[in-house]
Amino acid sequence: MSNVIVVGYDDSPSSQRAVEFARSEAKDSGASLVIAHVLDWSPYSFLTPTELEERHKRRKEELSRAEDALVKPVVESLANDGIQVESVIRYGKIADTLCEIATEKNAQQLIVGRIGDDGLVARFFGSVAGVVALSSPVPCTIIP
Amino acid sequence: MNYKLSRHFLIWVGLFLTVFSSSAFAEEAGLDKMITDTVGPFMEPFVATIFYSVTIPGLGIAFPLIVGWLVVAATIFTLYFGFIQFRAFGHSLALVSGKYSDPNDAGEVSHFQALATALSGTVGLGNIAGVAVAVSIGGPGATFWMILAGLLGMASKFTECTLGVKYRNEYEDGTVSGGPMYYLSKGMSESGSGAKAALGKVLAVMFAIFCILGSWGGGNMFQANQAHSQLVNITGGADSFLNGNGWITGVILAAIVFAVIVGGLKSIARVTEKVVPFMAVIYVTAAVVILVMNADKIGWAFGQIFAGAFTGLGIAGGLVGALIQGFKRAAFSNEAGVGSAAIAHSAVRTKEPITEGYVSLLEPFIDTVVICTMTALVIVITGVLTADPATGLYAWDAAAGRIATEGGLSGVELTSAAFATSFSWFPYVLALAVLLFAFSTMISWSYYGLKAWTYLFGEGHIKELIFKILFCIFVIIGAAMNLGIVIDFSDAAIFAMALVNIVGLYFLMPIVKAEMQSYNARLKSGEIRRYK
Repeated sequence: MSNVIVVGYDDSPSSQRAVEFARSEAKDSGASLVIAHVLDWSPYSFLTPTELEERHKRRKEELSRAEDALVKPVVESLANDGIQVESVIRYGKIADTLCEIATEKNAQQLIVGRIGDDGLVARFFGSVAGVVALSSPVPCTIIP
Repeated sequence: MNYKLSRHFLIWVGLFLTVFSSSAFAEEAGLDKMITDTVGPFMEPFVATIFYSVTIPGLGIAFPLIVGWLVVAATIFTLYFGFIQFRAFGHSLALVSGKYSDPNDAGEVSHFQALATALSGTVGLGNIAGVAVAVSIGGPGATFWMILAGLLGMASKFTECTLGVKYRNEYEDGTVSGGPMYYLSKGMSESGSGAKAALGKVLAVMFAIFCILGSWGGGNMFQANQAHSQLVNITGGADSFLNGNGWITGVILAAIVFAVIVGGLKSIARVTEKVVPFMAVIYVTAAVVILVMNADKIGWAFGQIFAGAFTGLGIAGGLVGALIQGFKRAAFSNEAGVGSAAIAHSAVRTKEPITEGYVSLLEPFIDTVVICTMTALVIVITGVLTADPATGLYAWDAAAGRIATEGGLSGVELTSAAFATSFSWFPYVLALAVLLFAFSTMISWSYYGLKAWTYLFGEGHIKELIFKILFCIFVIIGAAMNLGIVIDFSDAAIFAMALVNIVGLYFLMPIVKAEMQSYNARLKSGEIRRYK
């Protein structure tokens, strides 16, 4: 079995704790980490004509911002600890995309933070952690 | 940052409101007359040329040639592309649902998004008010011809939207600009012939001018005007405090439009973009429920539609009268051949321009074949059109020039009355729908007009601001006045776009055919992958 752990990361305090948990797991077991950041996106959302026109430009900006401000510092800090680490940034439904990444990377574990999205929307549609817990293709750890 | 932005925005809105509410809108009638007197002499010949009509001998019915121009073009494209709207329908649905979208392109404009945005620009008053006009003048049979024109129009959309994507400009910063201006000038200069290239440039400039005028008129003043009259209706009609005070509606609407297009208040536009499809779904659902409640009459209603299509069922002009009304309303409603949709569709992320053509052909289908037909069926089935029980024919109100209705209703009011026979509260929903449809059409057309404006004058903050402010002023004028000639002119400008656009489409259709054949061959061989 591969020794890959996928960690969902979005800079929230709980996802930072998820990274720290993964760091200690990786140090103990020698696993390699995949830091996965998903930008929430539906191809069926509605955009104004101006948003359509600028979408490609905005996407580039969003990706480079996610890379530079969010993912890079975490990846560097993990690499400094001698952990083998890579990053994936994608658009999609957050929970589904995290599960897809776990499958693709043949991960042995998926770690997500119990993110604070427990408002009205989460009550109706389930939080990211809730959906991941139900649909993850691999064993899953949810960090409070 | 947010504070600064909102302060900046408020200053603008405040300035805007002060300037315009304090001006001469109190003297509406005088201003109306002044505008008519000033611009009338220039506009009348233009309107008369675009809407040049031939009178059909023996019937006394005027047939506007521009309607024929659109239907003939749609028929030619249908034949030239081998009934593409029927052959590719399934593939179009697969494209919209994302079955052929590369997952690596997630986050880019999807086919669905381009279609939804283009639809919110076309679904509007034409589907609600226009159909009522068609059915009350042309009888139920007009529906048949409207559906036929809608089906043919799918081929026109297919042609123009493919070209819109193929010849769009992609700038270094990643933004795109597309539409007839670009395919007329770039596409027609590709063949190498100097004369054709020059013609393309002339057509592109003419298109851009007509598009700006159309965006101020049909895409703006007409919408504001109709939204206002619907508001007057539900707030008490003649007794309403809004009656005769169109400038109030105008200033409020203009302030919201201003907030969106100048203030960059995307949240309002985003809410509208979300609510409009929802309203369309409510509208169609209500229509379906009414049809189900009257399920026993559906067969009869279709019978009326078919019989009316070929006999007229007592309406003046018979078959031809029904045909003209049906064709005219379909053209007004779905804008196939006008070129406006090509501007919205051109932002999609695809390597194959033809895929956007396939997707866009669903637009006249949804707009005309589904939504307009629903309106027509509800009007026919609920019996708001008065029939003579003795002959089974419709009673003709010669003075009004249409089928007699209870209370002499027509347009939006007739649709409203038809829906109210089943749901008494529906007129309020309809009023909200009209307001939202009008608003989303304005936002879409402000964009189309702006693209044409920047094509002519170049891009730049000040230049764009001038257009946007003018656009907002026209919102107020549109709502405040009974426009007459100006409304005729704005309709004429939209149809003038079609005049120019279709000439270009005839020149460029072989390019679309080559794209189509190449794509279909690769689809068959499996080179074009299906991802889901």
